[in-house]
Amino acid sequence: MSPSVPLQEMIRAIRSARTQCEERGVIQRECAAIRAQFRQADNGGRSHNLAKLLYVHMLGYPAHFGQMECVRMIASPRYSEKRVGYLGAMMLLDEKQDASLLITNSIKNDLSHSNQYVQSLALCTLACMGSAEMCRDLAPEIDRLLRASNSYIKKKAALCAVHIVRKVHELGELFVPAARSLLSEKNHGVLHGAVVLIIELCEQNPETLERFRKTVPDLVQIMKGLVLSGYSPEHDVAGISDPFLQVRILRLLRILGRNNEGASDSMNDLLAQVATNTDSTKTVGNAVLYETVLTVLDIKSESGLRVLAVNILGRFLLNNDRNIRYIAMTSLQKIVGTDHNAVQRHRGTIVDCLKDQDASVKRRALELSLALVSASNIRSMMKELLLFLSSCPPELRAHAASGIFNAAERYAPSQRWHIDTMLHVLITAGGDVRDETVPNLIQLITNASELHCYTVHKLYRALLLDISQQSLVQVACWCIGEYGDLLLKGDCQETEPVQVTEDDALDALETVLQSHMSSPATRGFALTATMKLSTRITDNVDRIRSIVSIYGSCIDVELQQRAVEYNALFRKYDHMRAAVLERMPVIEKNSPGHTNGESTGEAVKDVPTAKMKQGEPLLLQQPANQVCDLLDLLGGSEETLQPGPAVDCLVSGLSVHAAGTAGGDLLDLLGGFEPAELSPAPQVLAYDKGGVTLTLSCEKQSDTGLTVTLTASNSSDSDLSSFTLQAAVPKSVQLHMKAPSGDSLPARGTAKVTQMVVLNNPNKVNLKMRVRVSYTRQGSPFQDTVQIDSFPGLDAAGQ
Amino acid sequence: MLTCMRFLLLFSRQGKLRLQKWFTPMSEREKKKIIRDMTTMVLARQPRSCNFLHWKDLKVIYKRYASLYFCLAIENQENELIALEVIHRYVELLDKYFGNVCELDIIFNFEKAYFILDEFLIGGEIQETSKQMVNRSIEASDMLQETMEEYMSKPAF
Repeated sequence: MSPSVPLQEMIRAIRSARTQCEERGVIQRECAAIRAQFRQADNGGRSHNLAKLLYVHMLGYPAHFGQMECVRMIASPRYSEKRVGYLGAMMLLDEKQDASLLITNSIKNDLSHSNQYVQSLALCTLACMGSAEMCRDLAPEIDRLLRASNSYIKKKAALCAVHIVRKVHELGELFVPAARSLLSEKNHGVLHGAVVLIIELCEQNPETLERFRKTVPDLVQIMKGLVLSGYSPEHDVAGISDPFLQVRILRLLRILGRNNEGASDSMNDLLAQVATNTDSTKTVGNAVLYETVLTVLDIKSESGLRVLAVNILGRFLLNNDRNIRYIAMTSLQKIVGTDHNAVQRHRGTIVDCLKDQDASVKRRALELSLALVSASNIRSMMKELLLFLSSCPPELRAHAASGIFNAAERYAPSQRWHIDTMLHVLITAGGDVRDETVPNLIQLITNASELHCYTVHKLYRALLLDISQQSLVQVACWCIGEYGDLLLKGDCQETEPVQVTEDDALDALETVLQSHMSSPATRGFALTATMKLSTRITDNVDRIRSIVSIYGSCIDVELQQRAVEYNALFRKYDHMRAAVLERMPVIEKNSPGHTNGESTGEAVKDVPTAKMKQGEPLLLQQPANQVCDLLDLLGGSEETLQPGPAVDCLVSGLSVHAAGTAGGDLLDLLGGFEPAELSPAPQVLAYDKGGVTLTLSCEKQSDTGLTVTLTASNSSDSDLSSFTLQAAVPKSVQLHMKAPSGDSLPARGTAKVTQMVVLNNPNKVNLKMRVRVSYTRQGSPFQDTVQIDSFPGLDAAGQ
Repeated sequence: MLTCMRFLLLFSRQGKLRLQKWFTPMSEREKKKIIRDMTTMVLARQPRSCNFLHWKDLKVIYKRYASLYFCLAIENQENELIALEVIHRYVELLDKYFGNVCELDIIFNFEKAYFILDEFLIGGEIQETSKQMVNRSIEASDMLQETMEEYMSKPAF
């Protein structure tokens, strides 16, 4: 066994190990030696063995076998051993360890030791790792020390009391008197401890806070003394007298003045004095000013003082020290809501900070700038923000982009400006915008009908320059498809005229289709746009046909399906092509069925009005989400429905007949959009055959929700069993059938069967329901179907 | 439990820990994780960045003195600028004690660094605002240790 080496030699040995493995070896040897030494009787080297173990512990190696040694050392009469023992206890023991309880007695003894440095060790350790039990045990002792000892001990006892109060809240009451009297001490250490203790007591107990409000004048006096006193060598830091104590007192004043007019008034003068007299050339002075500003803004200060505080923050913004600029902005961020005008005055400086080198400062400046955007400064602010976006660090781009969009939406001075801004963002940071940006922008564009020509030209040009930004490309493709005719016409008042031929436009779209940079969704946009152009151009329809047929064998299923359907549109349904592909109507914002996420150009499929007028063939893709696999109520081209209005055909585009008439009956149907009044549900006989009757009543639950109650009754002479009802509704309506009351209908109407059907009609289509009645009569099954076209309590449009 | 300061770490530019003081109870695993996080975060900072970081619900104030990083975590509502002063004060205390302190002093006399810290801060709060008072207390404690050792005629470590 190698002899134990004095601490510093061991450290040297460890440090000279060239590899991790070698180091581990040295440490293992040392730890073995230390362990052996621990087991031996007192040999005079105990303290430095424990010290070695603590060093090893700091390197990250396990040292739990030293815990008992700490307990032993603490109990030793030798100061050197106590010192290291207590240090070990603070490093190795915490309240979760059992061994920590064992030192309670030692601490208790040492608290009343004749030597203040021994007392100090005990106090320090108790304040560091004292468990709740130990705190309860030793609290009276601490209270005694708070009152009757020298200032060296008092200041430590005060912080010990703070720890006790944090661990065991109820003991707070015990220390209130002592805390109060400590405020009259002259020693700064004790004063500081007293202030910290009072802060803790006030934060824990509002009643205590009330009592301590009376100390505000005393605190003001102490502060005045510190601020106005001359140079004090003991406490001076760069010309400020005891900044640590000043900051703590300001903190306590803040807590006492919060929500209290009286207390806030009595500290107004002092705060003004501190704010004006404190030297702000060094950080330490700014630290005090910062605390003052925070206090002023938190209490009920008068407006002059508030303005002074905000101006200090404004000065901070111009400070060379980056730290000061940073905290100025965090503080301004907190008050931008409440003191908006005051902060607006410093908008210029804040915007300049967007160009700061430091990433944290930039982030703060961005948030603050976004908060300061208003209707009056939107144009200039947006210029700065867009400039920032083009050079900002990547982690801030998404936040900047979405902030810009929000600001643009709220304060856009004109539609053209709004569109320009959104396009600019897409060009600069298209990869970082959220998914719903594309449908949002499309919706915006459709709304700005006078700008369609301008927009499509601009987008076409952007597309020519860069096809890598997916969101931009998607919007551009959509516009070219939609407004291709305007693009080809060439003249546009708002931009310089550019001659775009049909081939040019198709070239652009084909480039997008073929590029490996385009995502599948983008290619979907491009394909649909190409198809739409077939009705807007005259010469190159064949080219479009060939593009579409090529993609009919594309590996991407989505593209393939589209291409196949477009092909079908060319071949079998050419007469309908113009109608199907005509211009979209204005999209309404926030329609109930509006879904975000995958924008496939079928954003329109979620829009009620558009649905009414056009059947995009792609609607066929909608899964049959009906509860039952009954007849496609309004789908399936084979269905011969009764001559209903053309609206029936919206779901299956192929069965659109005369849908080209965008007006006529459709609009009339749409006219009845007023919500129906909630009148008591009338009953209507829906079915009456073979003695079986079915009546229904309905009740509107909400704008789109409806509950239908079906009641079946049997007036025939034979009982019916296995009576079931099934229902089908148009594709966009959601249906949920509740459990029926029973499945047998006894003869002569002795009992009824009721069943509730909950419907949700978010797209407000004309509501129809087909019900299938099935039952067994005298052993033989029977089935029948009835269509319900009108529901009692709803008007003709089914609303 | 909310103390003004949560922890203080000293580490070298290679990320080797030189001192760790925890002001709230934490498990060994948590401590190790925090050390890893802090060293990674602080060492990755650009040279002319500001000295404040956000980490979880805390503010982390860090400053480099020669080859050592001083990293102090404070509660969110505490004053960052005064925290910088706290770090600076501790460095001054070390400097006075060791005379032109350098990293090696803190490595080979780590227990002294702790003793000095324990005269300056207790339980996550400042206990003494006067530099001279702290220095005097340390000297007196050291003296006590030596005289007691002499008295007991045992070698000081």
